[in-house]
Amino acid sequence: MSRNKILIFFTLLLMIPSFSCKKTDKLKDTRPAIALVFDVGGRGDKSFNDSAYNGIEKAKKELNVQFDYIEPGEGADKESALRQLASDKYGLIFGTGFLFTDDINTVAIDFPDKKFACIDYSVDPNKPIPPNVLAIKFKEEEGSFLVGAIAALMTKTNTIGFVGGMDMPLIHKFEAGYLAGARYVNPKINVLVGYAGVTGEAFKNPAKGKEISLSQISKGADIIFHASGSTGLGVFEAARDKKIYAIGVDSDQYYEAPGYILTSMVKNVDVAVYETVEDYLKGSFKGGLKEFGLKEGGVGYVYDEHNKDLIPQTVINKVEELKKMIIEGRIKVPSV
Amino acid sequence: MKLPLWLKEFFIQVSITLLSILISFIVGAVFIVIAGANPIEVYLKLFEGIFLNPYGLAQMIFKATPLIIAGLSIALGFRAGLFNIGSEGQIIVGGFLCAYVGFTFTNLNSFVLIPLCLIAAFVGGAIWAGIPAILRVKTGAHEVITTIMMNFIAMALTNYFITYHFHLPETVHTQSISSSAFLGRLDHFITAFKGSPANMSFVIAILLCVICWWVISKTPYGYETRAVGFNPNAAKTAGININRNLFTTFLISGGLSGLASINFIMGYKHYFEEGFSQGVGFMAIAVALVGQNNPFGIIFSALLFGALSHGTLVINALVPKDIIQILEALVIFFVISSNIFAKKYLSRIRD
Repeated sequence: MSRNKILIFFTLLLMIPSFSCKKTDKLKDTRPAIALVFDVGGRGDKSFNDSAYNGIEKAKKELNVQFDYIEPGEGADKESALRQLASDKYGLIFGTGFLFTDDINTVAIDFPDKKFACIDYSVDPNKPIPPNVLAIKFKEEEGSFLVGAIAALMTKTNTIGFVGGMDMPLIHKFEAGYLAGARYVNPKINVLVGYAGVTGEAFKNPAKGKEISLSQISKGADIIFHASGSTGLGVFEAARDKKIYAIGVDSDQYYEAPGYILTSMVKNVDVAVYETVEDYLKGSFKGGLKEFGLKEGGVGYVYDEHNKDLIPQTVINKVEELKKMIIEGRIKVPSV
Repeated sequence: MKLPLWLKEFFIQVSITLLSILISFIVGAVFIVIAGANPIEVYLKLFEGIFLNPYGLAQMIFKATPLIIAGLSIALGFRAGLFNIGSEGQIIVGGFLCAYVGFTFTNLNSFVLIPLCLIAAFVGGAIWAGIPAILRVKTGAHEVITTIMMNFIAMALTNYFITYHFHLPETVHTQSISSSAFLGRLDHFITAFKGSPANMSFVIAILLCVICWWVISKTPYGYETRAVGFNPNAAKTAGININRNLFTTFLISGGLSGLASINFIMGYKHYFEEGFSQGVGFMAIAVALVGQNNPFGIIFSALLFGALSHGTLVINALVPKDIIQILEALVIFFVISSNIFAKKYLSRIRD
């Protein structure tokens, strides 16, 4: 019998918080509602998803909106998550990652009065983008151009390297920008290019990344840029072993190998998310393709207290000048 | 009040299950409080999102469908004393074969192609179960080990086929199967289900439950299977060919697992995608246990798991995903352990 008493006691104990808290306004909250569905990787990936989250958090603080998010447990839940948010109070819904493309298209057609935004939307020329979908893409080639220029200005061996993940159009953009940037400041530079593979596995193969880097280093490369997900961890390891510099990608990767990361080509997903929310609130949300480049602050390179001592001021001056020229349209960066 | 015994047992069974779900929710509330949310609010939203909302109901059905079929597969094995842990691999191979037939024979009409795809899914699963079945019958190799290993081989093999032969550029899935192999969505008949991919596979799953129940309880084969599972030595003495029965049961169990793939392939996305099975084969073990290896019990337990699985999304805005996974695990834990009490109690009232 005493066991029952304990049970009852616990039940009552648990009811206390429900009586004491949250009598307030859930219903009265009339602020505009936005929501975000994470990729299966979810929060805490220190890259893409977290960056999107930071953008929304900033919007929440500064623009006075309410915000909820869903982390789907499995692939098939993405559509369901979007649908559930769309049928609720949320007016603007984000999906993070190219895998959302199909699902956002389907759901957007069923909810024409809701707005959707997909980060890294993969555009299919045969399928139109629904009018209430904002397809956010980044001009990775522009950021890569700048880090390419930094690498070319700083190399002592006149040889730099590039390590790509999967051999596919999205990664070719990084390569093209990097090559163009390096050749722009030094037409005679030698750029070594390697890819880790032809499948999705190529983005999570640090051993392969290290192997490619070591072979590039043995051919004289002293700065290597990677665009290869966690394969890049192998690139950093090679850089640390052989005491050369590596360049990070997507977010500031300084902490992966402090002292050996020259800079990182960052993709500011948070900026894109914040701006989209801002547009939505102003009523100026427009569907269709929107690209974030240097001009929009969507891409860039890292220069802060960590790598200030690694990059000379003259190099930075030159790169800032190039940046200005790209923004003004005086340099066209190729994407293939 | 004089109730018939079976009805009384049924009520007791159901109330014990409901009680254990309730207890798991109470324990789960502790974790919800730790996560800083209000448990009452979370549970209300959970209930509302699943049961008071047609879309939620449809999603529950959609999620439950493969669990019913794979649960049957596991339960059939259990009945014969077989521990088929390879359901996941059998789903993958069955699904691959089903999709392959679906996008290869595109000129056939629905009346031919749908049965053909179903047969392909069944055969795929049966082949994958056949290898451990032969090993078990011929060499006595334990099926728990062999079927687990076959899971990895199935994943690696289909990944290889997808990445090097069948994938569409920049994706990890095959081309779409012929539209005459599509299974209709339930929202054609029930408009309130609109948007949910719940499809005719659910009807097939229910039919399979009825067939399985009939086979197990009304046919000589079913009798033999139960005898083998209950006491192999006695069955042998009674003149039952144990090895033949185990082999057949293993193949049917594998075939059923293979059929669990149709919900995704013929009903939802219409292609084979790397990793589409999402652990259904493992979850099905819990479904079979909670459903006490009874075909109709499995329908209910699969619906429960389907509801929880959809519920994770419903309340995800309030609490982190991990908390909901804890809740799911608690439900499994309490329901399965309550079955032990239920058995004891039931045997007492029977005496």
